[in-house]
Amino acid sequence: MKNLAKVFSLLGLLLTIVPPVLFFMGSMEMGTMKIAMGIGMVAWIASAPFWINKPAGSDQG
Amino acid sequence: MSNRFFKKIVAETNEYERTPIPDSSLKGSKSFLGMYAGEHTAGTEFVIGPLFVAHGVSAGDLVFGLLIGNFLAVLSWGLITAPIATSKRLTLYYQLERIAGKNVVRWYNLVNALMFCFLAGSMIAVSATAVGIPFDLEMPTLTDWLPRTPGWILTVLLMGAVITLVAIQGYSQVSKFANIMSPWMILIFFAAAIVGLAQLGVNSADSLISVAQEVIWNGVPLPGMSRFSIWHIIFFAWFCNMAMHIGMSDLTILRYAKSWKYGFTSFAGVYLGHFVAWIASGILYAVFLQANATSQEFAPGAIAYQTLGIAGAICVVIAGWTTANPTIYRAGLALQGIFPKVQTWKITAIVGGITSIAACFPALVMKLLDFVALYGLLLMPMGAVIFADFYFSKKMGFQAEGALSSGSNFSLPALLSWVLTLGFCLGLNLMYGVEIFFLGLPGWFVAVAIFVILSKLKYPTKPSLAL
Repeated sequence: MKNLAKVFSLLGLLLTIVPPVLFFMGSMEMGTMKIAMGIGMVAWIASAPFWINKPAGSDQG
Repeated sequence: MSNRFFKKIVAETNEYERTPIPDSSLKGSKSFLGMYAGEHTAGTEFVIGPLFVAHGVSAGDLVFGLLIGNFLAVLSWGLITAPIATSKRLTLYYQLERIAGKNVVRWYNLVNALMFCFLAGSMIAVSATAVGIPFDLEMPTLTDWLPRTPGWILTVLLMGAVITLVAIQGYSQVSKFANIMSPWMILIFFAAAIVGLAQLGVNSADSLISVAQEVIWNGVPLPGMSRFSIWHIIFFAWFCNMAMHIGMSDLTILRYAKSWKYGFTSFAGVYLGHFVAWIASGILYAVFLQANATSQEFAPGAIAYQTLGIAGAICVVIAGWTTANPTIYRAGLALQGIFPKVQTWKITAIVGGITSIAACFPALVMKLLDFVALYGLLLMPMGAVIFADFYFSKKMGFQAEGALSSGSNFSLPALLSWVLTLGFCLGLNLMYGVEIFFLGLPGWFVAVAIFVILSKLKYPTKPSLAL
């Protein structure tokens, strides 16, 4: 469970920083970039609480 | 690990409040790196960067000023605060009580609590600029001191009520949430810089320099704003956390450090929050000004939303909220030191009320640079007193920790060092026009000198019988 959450969190961070880089390079439209960043934010907020702040031995799943 | 550590410190649990930290509870450098990185990427960053742009600083002055000023801030933490913290391993409040006495500490707590209320108020106002977007709320402008519309007052008061209710419930959940959001918020600042530069037409190193110099930080202040030089930037970056380093607030945090060298881990906070984030938020504001050339509107939420969409607006809300909430909590703690018998929730509710009313006034946001400088200046003399007591008591021949050693609740040298230093700074400001950003440095030396002289008179070391 914790590892899955970490994957989603990483995805969330990638969706936060990669679209702006693609926009800077002219490979993505601004509207698409904003939507991708919004999805990244949701992914981070939904997944990070499952592993950040958790003691190392608390993973039950 | 760092989160639990941070929570423990900020929540001021009953552990080691009046005793030195035992060796078993000391923390490694990673805890401090994480804490400083998170704490200095906050809601204030969305205001300070744009205000530098509005004050017409030039690009070179900004970059070199921030590099130098932040370096001096790191040195202050590393060479002034941390050695005392790791030697004494006491909280600021207890250390101050031993030197200045309980009665002086009460006044210190009151000033501290009021400053915390105003800081939290400004952060509620910053969050409101994002919350108001879907309601088409009329945003404040750079020259506003009073609220523009009843809608602004209603939004701010509602937000203040919600934040106060959450603060009454306790601190830990918000602390956890702030820690969770910290890595994402740092990336949002990087994203803001990248997108902003693209919108301003940057596509090469040459164009980056020309856009930075001619568009973003072009050296021309907006109407009604004074012009900032490199000296303003150096001193602001150095002293924006004056209360924490030379003001010694971070004794409470750094007393957990295994080594005094951990004071230098503050570089993680200042170079992320007070370099990257300030530059990024300045770029965001420049994009806003390009699209709204004649606008005097100053609304961090709307500015972030324009460039980054919903993620930008939410980041402003979260940054403002997660800064306001612990600040209200800290203000409550400071007031509880004065009124120990009043229940915590009542104190927090009163603090939340004062904060919410303060947040109605946009002046707190528009004058945030001045307010931050004032906040540090008001508390700095007591840090100088702790420094002088620690380093000069033996060398200059007076008793260390005067209140404790004389069994008194009141130390006249400490009180006079505080009051006379602030009087001296006020005099410099009124008579010689020295701006508030530059008062901290001479003030610190004056506070040290006054304390040493008065302590030698009031608490002289008893002559040794052996001689």
